[in-house]
Amino acid sequence: MTKIIEPKRQSSIFRRPSSETGIWSWITTVDHKKIGIMYGYAAFFFLLIGGLEALVLRIQLSQPDNNFLTAAEYNAMFTMHGTTMIFLAIMPISAAFFNYLLPLQIGARDVAFPRLNALSFWIFIFGGAFLYSTFIFGTAGAPEGGYLAEEVGWLGSAPNGGWFGYQPNAGMKYSPGTAMDYWAIGLQILGIASLISAFNFITTIINMRTEGMRFMRMPVFTWMTFAVSFLLAFSLPIIAIALFYVTFDRKFGTTFFLTEGGGDPILWQHLFWLFGHPEVYILILPAFGIVSEVLPTFSRKPLFGYAAIVFAGFGIAFIGFGVWAHHMFASAISPVAQAGFGLSTMVIAVPTGVKIFNWLGTIWGGKLKLNTPMLFSLGFIGMFLIGGLSGVTHSIVPADTQQTDTYYVVAHFHYVLFGGALFGIFSGLYYWFPKVWGKMYNESLGKIHFWLMMIGFNLTFGPMHWLGLQGQVRRTWVYAEETNLQFWNIVVTVGAFIIALSIIVFMINWIFSKRNGEKAPFDPWDARTIEWTIPSPTPVWNFSKAPIVKSLDDFWHTKYSEDEEGRAVKRAEADQILLDLEEEGLNPSEHIELPSPSYFPIVLASGLPFLGYAVIYKSIPLALIGSILLLIGGFGWGTEPLEEEAFEDSHE
Amino acid sequence: MITLYMVSALSLIIVDNINMLVKNIIKLKNLRFLALIFLSACIENAPLDSLSPEGPYARSIDELFWLTFWIAVVIFVIVQGALLLSIFVFKEKPDSPEPKQIHGNTKLEILWTIIPVIILAVIAVPTVRTIFDLANEPEDALKIEVIGHQWWFEYKYPDYGITTANILVIPADRPIRLEMWSNDVLHNYWVPKLNGKRYLVPGQTTYLNLHADSPDEFWAQCGEYCGLSHSKMRGRVLSLSENDFQLWVKDQQRNAVKLEDNSLAAEGQQVYLNAGCTQCHVIDGVWDVQGDRIAPNLTHFAIRNVFAGAALYNNRENLSKWLANPAEIKPGTFMPNLELTEAEINALIAYLGTLK
Repeated sequence: MTKIIEPKRQSSIFRRPSSETGIWSWITTVDHKKIGIMYGYAAFFFLLIGGLEALVLRIQLSQPDNNFLTAAEYNAMFTMHGTTMIFLAIMPISAAFFNYLLPLQIGARDVAFPRLNALSFWIFIFGGAFLYSTFIFGTAGAPEGGYLAEEVGWLGSAPNGGWFGYQPNAGMKYSPGTAMDYWAIGLQILGIASLISAFNFITTIINMRTEGMRFMRMPVFTWMTFAVSFLLAFSLPIIAIALFYVTFDRKFGTTFFLTEGGGDPILWQHLFWLFGHPEVYILILPAFGIVSEVLPTFSRKPLFGYAAIVFAGFGIAFIGFGVWAHHMFASAISPVAQAGFGLSTMVIAVPTGVKIFNWLGTIWGGKLKLNTPMLFSLGFIGMFLIGGLSGVTHSIVPADTQQTDTYYVVAHFHYVLFGGALFGIFSGLYYWFPKVWGKMYNESLGKIHFWLMMIGFNLTFGPMHWLGLQGQVRRTWVYAEETNLQFWNIVVTVGAFIIALSIIVFMINWIFSKRNGEKAPFDPWDARTIEWTIPSPTPVWNFSKAPIVKSLDDFWHTKYSEDEEGRAVKRAEADQILLDLEEEGLNPSEHIELPSPSYFPIVLASGLPFLGYAVIYKSIPLALIGSILLLIGGFGWGTEPLEEEAFEDSHE
Repeated sequence: MITLYMVSALSLIIVDNINMLVKNIIKLKNLRFLALIFLSACIENAPLDSLSPEGPYARSIDELFWLTFWIAVVIFVIVQGALLLSIFVFKEKPDSPEPKQIHGNTKLEILWTIIPVIILAVIAVPTVRTIFDLANEPEDALKIEVIGHQWWFEYKYPDYGITTANILVIPADRPIRLEMWSNDVLHNYWVPKLNGKRYLVPGQTTYLNLHADSPDEFWAQCGEYCGLSHSKMRGRVLSLSENDFQLWVKDQQRNAVKLEDNSLAAEGQQVYLNAGCTQCHVIDGVWDVQGDRIAPNLTHFAIRNVFAGAALYNNRENLSKWLANPAEIKPGTFMPNLELTEAEINALIAYLGTLK
């Protein structure tokens, strides 16, 4: 009954930090759960900012020839909306899930390299802050020799070359000032964070699985984490190199992408999309994983075709590297290349279809509990299906040359990344809410959130298909009245505000339930995987005893057997097993060692923005400050004592 | 990739028959009509509409789109229907029994892997065919050069020695071969009713075929984000009967006449010659020095109904707004505010009106 795990508090810079509560416990933490929570909140903060940027864009577009924003402001807003949503919202919110859940799903105490995990989080934070500091320090203006009628203002001094940064428009001559440097170096810093966590997760999955957790017994979410980590590891170096080229073109006079120096602007597109397309799967595969957890739980059936879903995920990841030029059908690639990339794009629809059919197979014949996470997962299938089908129309190269660069494409990828990725993420946020906070969320508010978002989402992005086919071009600040596009643009803007409303409902639910929600049992959903065998909220040490896994969906099989018809029957001993699990989970009977917190990840990470500023302003002092911080961080990291006896079990 | 080609080659024979069948079905106008009603609801007469082709290239794309669209609709109805059906049928009820624990079904899974492959093969064959058809250089096509500038399109007719801007004039019912490049950043030439998009790339020549059925006016728009005034990089394509086209050519080949009288227009000519316009704008016969020509040739300005990258209609009010401060209308423009007086602007407008 006694839970006495007392840290010995002897703080000094030469020792490992030991705060368990308060701000220092968060700053120095290496606990994957705390890091996951911080990732989640930071990503959600950026999601709100990216959402505000989208609302501003929609106000501008609600009327033809509108003057709510200037052209400079509009261009900066759509660039920052895309960059923020992809690199600062969806990717890190997926990282939040990976961090929090991965060790729990494979029965581990933490990830393989806890301090690296903290490092990747802090690099993400500093990278995001660096990128957004462009609103304060960045400058932008008309291309060399061009004129502006008014100052660009603070809103217009953000990066304005598009999240895709097409050259030479995003080069120094056509995008002067420092804003695009903030973009290139900001993404570079964020890429480091993702690379570090990718290797960390790969190592964790390979090495840290608990006894009996064979590969083909891993939950699908873990599988998708694995796939995403490989995608990151192989695709990020490509964009890193391309961004270095851009930075050198902009700051040091090279001409990698500049025609006048023998460079090739189309090379940038190849490099960017060779990263950019796998990036799409980096954004969507985590949602595939989440949905593959939620559907079986609330259908009370195993996932239909587990192996097929896993291999389809890897198939998508693999083929995802062979379709990049479908973003470039309008550029002058040869008809043979067009045909090849068109066909490979069609091929990727096959494993995607397999997943959708298998999810349908999962709910077919089940006993569906339609609560909020399940609604979001079902909504995910419905919306992602639309995004997938419109995606197939892009593989029809001639048709794509009509649709590319129009709102049809905007509609398509929002159905994939919002209707897909974000719906999956919300499903996961509700599903694991009890595990993280030990409280239940409010089901009615959750359902209101779902329906508002469903309606708002379809009002926003549904008409965009039509607008695109009717000729509304992307990234345009104004459209002419004669194009007759007003009506649906108003509908779209109204839809965007309904989405905003649904997000407010979500936030109210989150804050209220976290504080006053009903206490959550440790297995509120009668779930299948081993993260539900531990108390809610998850104790610091995760598992009191390393679990031993005997099958796929091990926890379910602990509770249920099958009768001769194949229907689930609760085992007689199930209730006792649950009681034992809860008792053991709260009162570990053995000595538990956890990785000690560290000051140095944040110190090391803090050096990177200085190096970024140093490149932008060609400043030696800033470079020195950055390097010194890196050195201190690295040196301290290498020399700090391995274990402070932070946790000692003081039973007797 | 090789297997891919083999699959599509094999399926070509089998699939071609099915494909013709599907094509015939979608040609049933009433089906299409229904779809249009369903989609158009409130919009009619959108000048950039990509679904109302006015020439053979756009039409072949349109057919391909509708083929895919209807296949997608069928799949959508089946899958979305299955989703909704299973939600309604298997929703938890007080008396629902525990479900059977089914882990998968290999036959079913193979089936729903193969069916999409077949469907995609059906689409792949006409797709690949159309890709190559669209890329072929048509015989006895009229060659026109398109040069992209921030933020307007320049057109040159090498056969006739004509340089013009914003409005591409073509003979109707005759294939046109555009040879395109960019003077600065990437642009993307798009006349939705005549063909799909094609980039204009600095240092590289790209090609696009156009073909308009009959005399008409079409809208064009730059598709690729090309900087501050991307949204105002628009254009028009004017297709004329062969006769009218030849008249237009003759007219364009004529130089402007230098005005020597005391009219307001002649004053405007002086403004043109002295205020700085000649740094970038050529008027053949008046100012012949081939400088750093980065602005539209104005020799026949008055017969063009749009100007400033086709963002403005060519009328008195727009011209005076534009000349007073170009950057107000097109942010980032390379045309400076020359601080012209109202009198100078009036004179210039009078002069521009004579450039027919």
